[in-house]
Amino acid sequence: MTNMGKCMQGYLDEQFMELEELQDDANPNFVEEVSALYFKDSARLINNIDQALERGSFDFNRLDSYMHQFKGSSTSIGASKVKAECTTFREYCRAGNAEGCLRTFQQLKKEHSTLRKKLEHYFQARQ
Amino acid sequence: MAEVLLPRKMEIPNDPSKFGSPDLLHVLAVDDSHVDRKFIERLLRVSSCKVTVVDSATRALQYLGLGVEEKSVGFQDLKVNLIMTDYSMPGMTGYELLKKIKESSAFRQVPVVIMSSENILPRIDRCLEEGAEDFLLKPVKLSDVERLRDSLMKVEDLSFTKSTQKRELETENAYPVHSQLKRAKI
Repeated sequence: MTNMGKCMQGYLDEQFMELEELQDDANPNFVEEVSALYFKDSARLINNIDQALERGSFDFNRLDSYMHQFKGSSTSIGASKVKAECTTFREYCRAGNAEGCLRTFQQLKKEHSTLRKKLEHYFQARQ
Repeated sequence: MAEVLLPRKMEIPNDPSKFGSPDLLHVLAVDDSHVDRKFIERLLRVSSCKVTVVDSATRALQYLGLGVEEKSVGFQDLKVNLIMTDYSMPGMTGYELLKKIKESSAFRQVPVVIMSSENILPRIDRCLEEGAEDFLLKPVKLSDVERLRDSLMKVEDLSFTKSTQKRELETENAYPVHSQLKRAKI
């Protein structure tokens, strides 16, 4: 990951590099645009999941469905740590483990927030 | 990982229709994820395809004129060379969309490719049995799209070099920006 350096290691996988390969002079901001879409989408999903968890009654099917979407878009942008937390969360859903879900979700939000900051710096540095 | 070779010397058309070439493949992409729609659209444009993207199977059927109120007028001219659809979508799934397309006389010949983030063998089998051209695991690679494009170009008897030369001629002769696409009755 020659462009990104050490700070991105672990947070973004080769899929992010694939996205960068798709940029050209006519579409120089493609990755930034995809990133913006990702954070818009994921903010909505985080909000939905927060609300669902706050209600207390754990609808594991619904939660799993949200996480499936979250995992999907995280995969498409190459957000490897967030994706890993999504997988763990889904495993807890399938096991009907509410506490596991809650714990994992806190961790997921942390990784997501860290990634967001790193990408903000990354795109600013490109200007 | 296979090396991704980009055609850096060739123009990557942002709006293929501007070149007025009827030889570009028209792909209809269906995905409920906004991120994935943007991604697949870019992959297809980089591969020199004309792209239409919709966010649901229902909208895909409407676009093809196979919606609830089927209109026979105006859709004979619609030429779609390939349909790429996500499997898991709310409402109608990609699998159900595949079935509807294969049931239609107008579009059953159009190859349908299913995309999914989940590598579930019975799912893959079911799709292929229903007539899917291919099943791609997400994230879709540029090489996947190029492979599909190449095999379809052969089938449709299209030549990319032919259309590139034609584009060069057209720009020299100052053809109108929006040429008529070749109208083919399906």
